[in-house]
Amino acid sequence: MASVVNYYRVGAEVDLGTPGASSSEQITLTIDGAAITVAKGTSIMRAAAIAGTNIPKLCASEDLEPFGSCRLCLVEIEGRNGYPASCTTQVEAGMQVQTQTDHLAKLRRNVMELYISDHPLDCLTCPANGNCELQDMAGVVGLRDVRYGYDGANHLDAPKDETALYFTFDPGKCIVCSRCVRACEEQQGTFALTIDGRGFDSKIAASQNEDFLGSECVSCGACVKACPTATLSEKSIIKLGQPDKATVTTCAYCGVGCSFRAEMQGDQLVRMVPNRDGHANHGHACVKGRFAFGYATHKDRITAPLIRDSIHDEWRPASWEEAITFAATRLKALQQKYGRKSIGGITSSRCTNEEVFVVQKFIRTAVGNNNVDTCARVCHSPTGYGLKTTLGESAGTQTFDSVMMADAIIIIGANPTDAHPVFASQMKRRLRQGASLIIADPRAIDLVDSPHTRADYHLQLRPGTNVALINALAHTIIDEGLEHKQFISDRCETQPFKVWKAFISEQRNSPEALEEVTGVAAAEVRAAARVYANARNGAIYYGLGVTEHSQGSTMVMGIANLAMVTGNLGREGVGVNPLRGQNNVQGSCDMGSFPHELPGYRHLSDTAARALFEEEWQVELDSEPGYRIPNMFDAAIDGEFKGLYIQGEDIAQSDPDTQHVYAALSAMECVIVQDLFLNETAKFAHVFLPGSSFLEKDGTFTNAERRISPVRMVMQPKSGMSEWEITCALSTAMGYAMSYEHPRQIMEEIARLTPTFQGVSYEKLDALGSIQWPCNDQSPNGTPFMHVGEFVRGKGYFAPTPYVATDERSNSRYPLLLTTGRILSQYNVGAQTRRTENLKYHAEDQLEIHPDDAELRGIVDGSWVGIKSRAGETVLRACVTDRVQPGVIYTTFHHPESGANVVTTDNSDWATNCPEYKVTAVQAYPVSHPSQWQEMFQRFNREQQQLLAAGREKDPARERFDKIK
Amino acid sequence: MTVNVNKLVKMAEDIAANMSYTDDQEIVSRKIADHLDRFWDPRMKQAISDYAADPDSELTESLRLAVSRLSLAEG
Repeated sequence: MASVVNYYRVGAEVDLGTPGASSSEQITLTIDGAAITVAKGTSIMRAAAIAGTNIPKLCASEDLEPFGSCRLCLVEIEGRNGYPASCTTQVEAGMQVQTQTDHLAKLRRNVMELYISDHPLDCLTCPANGNCELQDMAGVVGLRDVRYGYDGANHLDAPKDETALYFTFDPGKCIVCSRCVRACEEQQGTFALTIDGRGFDSKIAASQNEDFLGSECVSCGACVKACPTATLSEKSIIKLGQPDKATVTTCAYCGVGCSFRAEMQGDQLVRMVPNRDGHANHGHACVKGRFAFGYATHKDRITAPLIRDSIHDEWRPASWEEAITFAATRLKALQQKYGRKSIGGITSSRCTNEEVFVVQKFIRTAVGNNNVDTCARVCHSPTGYGLKTTLGESAGTQTFDSVMMADAIIIIGANPTDAHPVFASQMKRRLRQGASLIIADPRAIDLVDSPHTRADYHLQLRPGTNVALINALAHTIIDEGLEHKQFISDRCETQPFKVWKAFISEQRNSPEALEEVTGVAAAEVRAAARVYANARNGAIYYGLGVTEHSQGSTMVMGIANLAMVTGNLGREGVGVNPLRGQNNVQGSCDMGSFPHELPGYRHLSDTAARALFEEEWQVELDSEPGYRIPNMFDAAIDGEFKGLYIQGEDIAQSDPDTQHVYAALSAMECVIVQDLFLNETAKFAHVFLPGSSFLEKDGTFTNAERRISPVRMVMQPKSGMSEWEITCALSTAMGYAMSYEHPRQIMEEIARLTPTFQGVSYEKLDALGSIQWPCNDQSPNGTPFMHVGEFVRGKGYFAPTPYVATDERSNSRYPLLLTTGRILSQYNVGAQTRRTENLKYHAEDQLEIHPDDAELRGIVDGSWVGIKSRAGETVLRACVTDRVQPGVIYTTFHHPESGANVVTTDNSDWATNCPEYKVTAVQAYPVSHPSQWQEMFQRFNREQQQLLAAGREKDPARERFDKIK
Repeated sequence: MTVNVNKLVKMAEDIAANMSYTDDQEIVSRKIADHLDRFWDPRMKQAISDYAADPDSELTESLRLAVSRLSLAEG
């Protein structure tokens, strides 16, 4: 199988020594007597490697710019004096290179002697044994003796730093090749490491000679991967030893969708190593994907089905057959009693495309209605609406790599270094090359001012005024004649543009008129608009700070308008780029998870599309939209909606107005949760169906670039059933037989039914590595850039975007505005990352409050603060900081007991009902004890944990619970 | 009536406010009706339609016109 790499030497990944060159000019030279032709700019080292000759090296890596420090890669070039380093010397036409001569061999042995004279000879007990480049090079150069001995001054006793959570730093093994320093700079862009001292005193230092944990290090692992020795080693390698096989798969955290090699011993995961050939990440990773996989084998995993009659009963372990029959019988009974439309389902943005597809199919066929929705409801549903309306397709327009051609970058309502860290590193590379940066955010995110990157403009707007700001930017472009007239006349609908132009030109949309609303000086807005409009390539990146507003969809359309009016669509370096939150939120939307549309974003009213599915599925489909998630909640409280099948989403923690969600879940008579853990929602469930981690799955994820990437099983499902099999079993028990032998058959069905997936197959994914949809006859290998030459809808549509202030406004009772966000080490509701060492990075959610607001209220740093909105009240610990502006407070939502969503309200986006998480009017005040809700939460949580434990005690096959502990 | 009509009215008024970039009530009401037809469950449309039929109901003019244009299917 192509995806499995069985090493001749454990851990080996082909490394050509230096990065490739992009020149179209070809150069022919001779290496060791054989002619080879490579691109101009290629190093001799790389050319030789392409030709099959590995020149010895230590400081060189394909992932890093050549450095030329180790002096091991010396070569001889005919007609030249000396012995140039092959990593830093580029090929020239006619050059004749010798990579191996007696003299070179002697020089290399001399170099290795020096290295080894100051290196411990503990190879047999060293964690890098079998995967050490120093060891390899000693072998390659034929080192047999170290004439200097080992008694001279050395670094062997240098103290080890074990403070980092996932790796150790042992300076006694360091050869000061600088690969770690360069990886931190070039790949990650954090600049946390340096070489401190000179000559013999040179040593690697984190920040200002601090330990790793206390330094600026973000634990991305780039330095560990770059290290050629055991100086930087994963703790898992130290504990378990080297892996013996690897499988290429896709990360299950954020929407970047990094490709990883899951390195294994048997069915035990030893480490995750970012795949150099990964098309989204190019060998880079973040602390979550690289290290935070321990949740997959955490003791909290539930691996046997559980059932109960009431949420106050003990859980009873059940066989799969018993649990499926129990669930199906209850759902059927509810439909019989309350009607066909009284139940529904929620698909997961963490599950694979194939798993999502079968859940929505189950709802539309076996259940027989369209009450299916997905987590995207609460994050990027406005992206789907806004981009479909204006451009014709509900997806981002570019590749991630496109940012390397962008000259002006706008980031709106996104915090890439925390939420999409691997892409942020790539963006920082472009910024270091000189691209302009405009950030629109109420809060000073890291990119506003970070090492070697600084925003040219930080438009620090008031929460809830996005649309006013985007209108002011667009007004400036029209007002100052900066629009791309040719693009508009060629590519966009004429009449809607005229209407929009008249609307946006109104004085009410000018930066000067809106200054009072946004809080951003008109001159700043105008200057930022000029930078974007005048750039050769302007690219917009946005996140949930755009979508999670009462005008989320309007703002998305405003962003699309801005890109169209400046001609920044349809080529590399430009575009509208939604940064998707979860790993497969794009895919879950593509797979038809919304209640109004079928897979491929085809509305239910599309008779031809419906007929296609009816033919394939042999069932008549309901042509009317079903309930969205908030509609389901409201209908449940009204006694009309009674049963819900939830695939991998923790709505009791992630959705707004927690008390309302609790009431809705409590009102339902059959809640089925399919997940890894007894999450907050499962505490309200009657059936728990144990799901699988991404390591236990075959399938695909689709990232924010529309990139479909393979997910490959490296261990069997702990529960004994794949998630798609569970859904199929439930469907069959409900009366609609559904069966597949493998997820590849599900993908074949998706391809048959979905024009944008027509050319997708597992075979093609294996061959290409990943595919960006649309993939069809017109684009058989996928589509890196959307809307080239023509928009998907034909002509681009300028949608008028009137600014309508949110109802969530500060007043005397609730004078502050609360906004929420994420942190690097935690992921969404934290169900996964809280069950890893990452918990130590972020043990609790804190409330950021400006010093002026804190002083006014007698709140001091580290003290407890009550926050109250019209929806509810909770208590968090204060972090007094000027990252937030006066009048604005901020928190994260990774811990359920924080109750961040007890405070957020039911206010939502007008078009999609995406909740307005980003604006809640609140009051804050010092307190000394938890809120009433938090006390209730603790009682309920205790009760549910006891009911779970009691069930486990009575399980005759209890070892099922314990087998993975 | 089983759906919380107050919430539906709030949602529908939000839609109306965001569609009201022009004073032309005809255009605005058609856009609102189209949106409701495309995205609302028939039970929700029926509920707001029933509400609009009440002479004491309070809806903005464009929304009331839009509701009168809804295609109501069997719930």
